Amino acid sequence: MKRLFVLIILFIAAPLSAQDQEMPMPTGGEAEVAEDGGGLSGSVSDDGDWEDLSIAIPGFATDRDQPTAASSGGTSALGKELARVITADLKNNGLFRPTGPDALPQPRFAQISAPAFSTWSGRSAEMLVHGYVKARVDGRLTVGCYLYDVALQDELARDGWVVPPTDWRRAAHKCADLIYSRLTGESPFFDSRIAYIAETGPKGNRTKRLAIMDSDGANHRFITTGRSKALTPRYSPDYKQLLYLSYTDDNPRIYVYDIGTGRQRLVTESTNPTFAPRWSPDGRWILYSMAVGGNTDIYRVSAQGGPSVRLTDTPGIDIGGSYSPDGRKIVFESDRSGSQQIYVMNADGSGQKRLSFFGGRAATPEWSPRGDQIAFTHITGDFRVAVMNPQGGGRRHLTNSWQDEAPTWSPNGRIVQFFRTERNSGRTSLWQVDLTGDNERRLPTPVDASDPAWGPVLP
Amino acid sequence: MKRVVLISMLSAGSLALGACSKKAPEELPPPPVDTSVTTPTASPTPTGPVPGTQAHFENAVNGQNVIYFDTDQYNVDGVDAAALQTQAQYLMQYSNVNATIQGHTDERGTRDYNLALGERRANSAKNYLVGLGVPATRLRTVSYGKEQPVALGSNAQAWSQNRRAATIVIN
Repeated sequence: MKRLFVLIILFIAAPLSAQDQEMPMPTGGEAEVAEDGGGLSGSVSDDGDWEDLSIAIPGFATDRDQPTAASSGGTSALGKELARVITADLKNNGLFRPTGPDALPQPRFAQISAPAFSTWSGRSAEMLVHGYVKARVDGRLTVGCYLYDVALQDELARDGWVVPPTDWRRAAHKCADLIYSRLTGESPFFDSRIAYIAETGPKGNRTKRLAIMDSDGANHRFITTGRSKALTPRYSPDYKQLLYLSYTDDNPRIYVYDIGTGRQRLVTESTNPTFAPRWSPDGRWILYSMAVGGNTDIYRVSAQGGPSVRLTDTPGIDIGGSYSPDGRKIVFESDRSGSQQIYVMNADGSGQKRLSFFGGRAATPEWSPRGDQIAFTHITGDFRVAVMNPQGGGRRHLTNSWQDEAPTWSPNGRIVQFFRTERNSGRTSLWQVDLTGDNERRLPTPVDASDPAWGPVLP
Repeated sequence: MKRVVLISMLSAGSLALGACSKKAPEELPPPPVDTSVTTPTASPTPTGPVPGTQAHFENAVNGQNVIYFDTDQYNVDGVDAAALQTQAQYLMQYSNVNATIQGHTDERGTRDYNLALGERRANSAKNYLVGLGVPATRLRTVSYGKEQPVALGSNAQAWSQNRRAATIVIN
């Protein structure tokens, strides 16, 4: 918060005086707006009127069109591109009606901190986003982001970031996060990444590769070649490692993959198959499930390695597991009562009890980062993504399709991502839905996609 | 699917196995001949397959190298037991042959659970073979969950063909 205050001071005479100022990239929570009150409030789940909040997002201005490694068109082309990324972020979540730079006049650099409000009120914009981008002498970029209320002719929020040219999209996501947080009161989530499984090939023998991408599908990268089938990845909370299942040597086992070095190790030194890896919220622990003689149980091991602790010991299949945000409880899946159902236990394995009592099977529980909901796959003939509260009540379906499974939460706990399988063809795709269930959208991926895992807001 | 196995057994007609027929006649129409499942190398050659190869094994067990399961189940029933007995006979006769038992599920389950369920099915078959005298050290299990369906449709008949444990011999 202190740092943000400094930024605001720097910005008072912005944007001109901000030229080549050192502006450290604010981290995580510090990027939130300083002042409280006076903002618009509401939540994703219960305010339909928000559909009509129109936001104009013209191209970001630049003081001088300069070449930058981030765009072949220089900083002025990059300014438009920044606004396009922000527009795409804010679209389709049921809250805003953003209009992007291609349909709007381009403000001049001097107007960024002094908008021509009459222009924007004439276009029925309720909110206005302005911003600028400047190339620094050291090759990095300074990006400023301003949010205005057009009717009040008042500034609601501003922030700024210095980023290497390769990270220019992060600046756009941080601006989208600033706008989203200021207008909804919710925590940010756009500046985050997703790990998933990229699928190609025939249904009977799919090639499955571990892949990662930004929350909007950009900066896509394949991690594995597909020679060994990869499944069920999970990003570590610091984004430095990935847990995933690989059929290396035809043995399905969980590996800990280090993104920086490209090295990987087994989660546990055993020839037994291991499945369903999960991180604790603080990144210190790993949950995995291991089958011994056909019986699967859940184990916990330190992220540094060492001996494992067995948390379940029933004859049924106990599998998966997702920590509550405070790390004290684990929600998991078990068929000890005859069919897949959701159970909860303390983090040491004690106090196991069933949560799901509503007919059908209930699988793949994932605790919301906010702690207030558990998302899961509800199987009653078709597979639907549903949520319930941590006591097992208040169940609501968010999707209604032939086979939707494996929900994973946005970092702020307001959006659930999952994958959808098409009947007969077996083709898969990633989807997002908000907590109302009304706003569903497909996330673009280069090839078919499954097993999504959404990481936290980037450090 | 039990019926596919049973039919192939009856048509083979060479084994007196006393298979339990509790699940035989159901409402399903006769399933298509399951030739797509068997490997192309199974076609007889003038000299015949070499002992210890998968083709030789499948011939010797009359195509009963695969057993099938009901939805979410992993128990070995009468038909499965008959098939596993022929497999055990073969493995006892060719004591230098090891085998991998692959456990599979249909597509109508969640990914992680299906991996565990496939493992449970493979182990059911393995434990039965061990009970018949095949040394456990010669048998390995691997689960593919829902990753490798043999029938590609999304209907009850396809799913019944995919809920299986397949024995693959390794020379």
